[in-house]
Amino acid sequence: MAEYLLETQDLGISFGGLKAVQHANIKIRKGQIYGMVGPNGAGKTTIFNMLTGVYLPTTGTFFLDGEELKGKTQEQINHKGIARTFQNIRLFSNMSVIRNVMVGLHNQPQYKCGFLTSMFRLPKHFKVEKAMRQHARDILKVFGLDEERNNLACNLPYGQQRKLEIARALATNPKLLLLDEPAAGMNPQETADLVRIVKKIRDEFDLTVLLIEHDMKFVSTICEELTVLNFGTVLIQGDTATCLNDPEVIKAYIGG
Amino acid sequence: MAETMTKKSRFQNGKWKNYISYAVILAFLIILIVINLTKGLGFSDKSTLPRIAFSCMLAVSLNLVVGFLGELSLGHAGFMCVGAYLGCYTANVLRGAGGMPELLVIVISMLVAGIVAAIFGFIIGLPALRLKGDYLAIATLAFGEIVRCIFKNLPFFGGAMGMSTKLYDGNTLFIIAFVTLLFVVFCCQNLINSKHGRAVVAIRDNEIAAKAMGINVTYYKLLIFMIAAFFAGMAGVLYGATIGTIRQETFSYNYSIEILVMVVLGGMGSINGSLIAAAVITWLNITLQSQLSGALAPVKSIVYALILIVIVIFSNAPAMKGFRESINPRNWKRKSPEDAGKIKNDAAQWDRIPTKIHMDDPLSVDTRTTYADSPVPPDVVVKNRDEFYVKPEKPADTAKAADAAASADGKEEK
Amino acid sequence: MAVAINGLSLGAIYALIALGYTMVYGIAKMLNFAHGDVIMVGAYIIYTMCMFTWNIGSMPIWLSSLISFVVAMAVCTCLGIVIEKVAYKPLRGASPLAALITAIGVSYLLQGIAQLIWGADQRTISILDRLGTVNLGSYVIKWSAIITVVVGAIIMVCLVMFIKKTRTGRAMLAVSEDKGAAQMMGVNVNAIVSITFAIGSGLATFASMFYLPITSVSPTLGAMPGIKAFAAAVIGGIGSIPGAMLGGVLLGVVEVVCNSISAVASYTTAIEFALLIIILLVRPIGLLGKKRRIKV
Repeated sequence: MAEYLLETQDLGISFGGLKAVQHANIKIRKGQIYGMVGPNGAGKTTIFNMLTGVYLPTTGTFFLDGEELKGKTQEQINHKGIARTFQNIRLFSNMSVIRNVMVGLHNQPQYKCGFLTSMFRLPKHFKVEKAMRQHARDILKVFGLDEERNNLACNLPYGQQRKLEIARALATNPKLLLLDEPAAGMNPQETADLVRIVKKIRDEFDLTVLLIEHDMKFVSTICEELTVLNFGTVLIQGDTATCLNDPEVIKAYIGG
Repeated sequence: MAETMTKKSRFQNGKWKNYISYAVILAFLIILIVINLTKGLGFSDKSTLPRIAFSCMLAVSLNLVVGFLGELSLGHAGFMCVGAYLGCYTANVLRGAGGMPELLVIVISMLVAGIVAAIFGFIIGLPALRLKGDYLAIATLAFGEIVRCIFKNLPFFGGAMGMSTKLYDGNTLFIIAFVTLLFVVFCCQNLINSKHGRAVVAIRDNEIAAKAMGINVTYYKLLIFMIAAFFAGMAGVLYGATIGTIRQETFSYNYSIEILVMVVLGGMGSINGSLIAAAVITWLNITLQSQLSGALAPVKSIVYALILIVIVIFSNAPAMKGFRESINPRNWKRKSPEDAGKIKNDAAQWDRIPTKIHMDDPLSVDTRTTYADSPVPPDVVVKNRDEFYVKPEKPADTAKAADAAASADGKEEK
Repeated sequence: MAVAINGLSLGAIYALIALGYTMVYGIAKMLNFAHGDVIMVGAYIIYTMCMFTWNIGSMPIWLSSLISFVVAMAVCTCLGIVIEKVAYKPLRGASPLAALITAIGVSYLLQGIAQLIWGADQRTISILDRLGTVNLGSYVIKWSAIITVVVGAIIMVCLVMFIKKTRTGRAMLAVSEDKGAAQMMGVNVNAIVSITFAIGSGLATFASMFYLPITSVSPTLGAMPGIKAFAAAVIGGIGSIPGAMLGGVLLGVVEVVCNSISAVASYTTAIEFALLIIILLVRPIGLLGKKRRIKV
């Protein structure tokens, strides 16, 4: 077992001449809630995209639990245990809430079932479907979405859609959960609720969480360590309080 | 008690729709058999019925690709062409060997046709992994034309004259055709209402999210193309048994488009809709053809075209939306706005054609949330920017300083 | 040499048709399947007008041909605008697939009407053919092929200039980029879309004129060149005007070369479409298409 759950070494990517991210070295211990902050365009989501295989890093590499994942496809990375949510919500909007979560459960080994089994409705199909439905409901209950399970995802209010994205990501049974601005568009009440949920799922599901957020109150409440990015480079890393009081950070944010 | 409750709610959720097609097809088939036994079916009916059946099969299988997977395919007739030629070639060989009952011959040739067509489906599925939207549409169209061109030039398939095969007995062919159709509908519906169907629809709704959820997009795209091709190949054999001579001109891109028309008019992602549309359009086509012959033949395509244009404009034009909703029986009962949100069945939204087929790439639209969207805690009142410079000598006040930073930023954005 | 000129001339015809596809696609984001049938209508109008004016007598042939061509062009341009207004405009904002289906409907409609008026039998007429051939060294080349290449090249240069230099051209670019934004900047989107259809259909008339020496007139005349030109537009990168020309010429040359080799002549169509698939697999956006980065 490696010391760090996620370790990036000199991770960097450039689009054409633009160096979107350079020399990112991020180390996250198992069980941490780790934050990434920085102004818009600092490269936070780009790092997420590299970690989930959407972009191939041009320099450096990254390890999950000591295993190098660079160059793997998005699906493979998900199977290895990284799940994510999206900055602009990407739910399966024409599906009901519960089916969204069931898609997340799709690759769990206990629900393996060939397409011919489903096509000819063999008994195993019914068993698997029933178990998946129950499992999905259990996950939805954590987020208080069980009541909404038969509604279409696109009919949910914004805050609940964000929660549903987290629930769906959780269904893939990840080791590391990446949350891209989970509190964006939430009111203070919903944000407070989210803090509770993230802590709860971290404890109950034995997760490590890496999140991007602009709401500093949220970040300072929940994150144990931070990486602050600006213009694609790491400005400072360390525990939350120190980072947020660093004059460089404040300068980067307010622009002073 | 609880069990009956779930049964009832399941019924209300619209799952009965999945079974109604079986019931209707079966009832139709039984009525037809009875009529046929009383010698009520004319010769032309006997050739019309199998045609309706294989059109339905084609429409349902294409719906898997277009409606559920969300990829535009204009090469479906190509799969049918492969199936028709190879299936009927197999049938001819089997008949040549002799001693086999006709029913067995046709079943075996359908299987062979399906498998060969599925191999072609795999081949055309490969570009589908790389191409999107119109580019895939033209690639599939090209595939269909290539297949046609090759079969035209292969001497052992009869070349340009076409390949002849034995007509199947008209008294029982329609029964075989409808039973096959039932099998196809059964397979497609079961596949779609399973975890695999969910994965496929997830890919259609949001491919990036589906990949992030670990769905194997490559596998499912190829699988759906192969299954659709398999059923189209089976339809090809029925075509051969109905028509007798297989000619490559039949399978031009026009035929692929005609199948696509059935799928779109029936409602993408609705198997029942495909069945209805395919049956009506095929019947309309055959009827117009038989009624308007000779000098009036062009009127057939004019009438057909006008019906097509009027239906599409009526059912899709944004300007007609109010009128559409006012005549939709679904809306008669549901007047209040809060009820409108509670559409329980996934299919209810599928009259909206899925986003992936939109011609310009929807993924390029980035609806970023801005700072302005993020909440500003109500207790912070912003008066003057200077107040929010945080003095390094006061580290205890982290949270407040950070708040201030965020809200000051929010202000700046505005 | 003769093969090269013939290839270029067929390529120029495909390019002219492909321009119609690609411009309409760029502006309206829809595949105008009826475009091939506009060519067919153009060919019939030229045919009918020529028959009519030749019977009047005393008119020189070049004049009667010119009159027929101008009439055909006017008819096709109007036809393009009418098709757009009646069949496509109500569907703007709906799914592009719906527009695709009405386009198919319009295509069947035009074919049906043509068959009703002119009948299903094939007719031939020689206009450009009358110019005969020219001997370049040891090669015999048709004048019609040379004219096609030259006029095609001139039209394309004019079109590029039009798009780049004129107000209307720039407005077209703006509409193809973002309809909503262009409208807010004061561009009359409806007018621009109509102009695009008009230009596309007008170009189609040139294509029908040049196509007449190669083929006979029938209600399904437009189907095959239409679909090949569509392939050409995609090869070049749909939405790109230079791409349409490049794709058209490439496809035309390949077709003529394949037809001249007897071993593969019967597989020409398959080879052309296989070329399309291969190019798309190597470059999924066509040769000159614009690449869009996916944002997550």
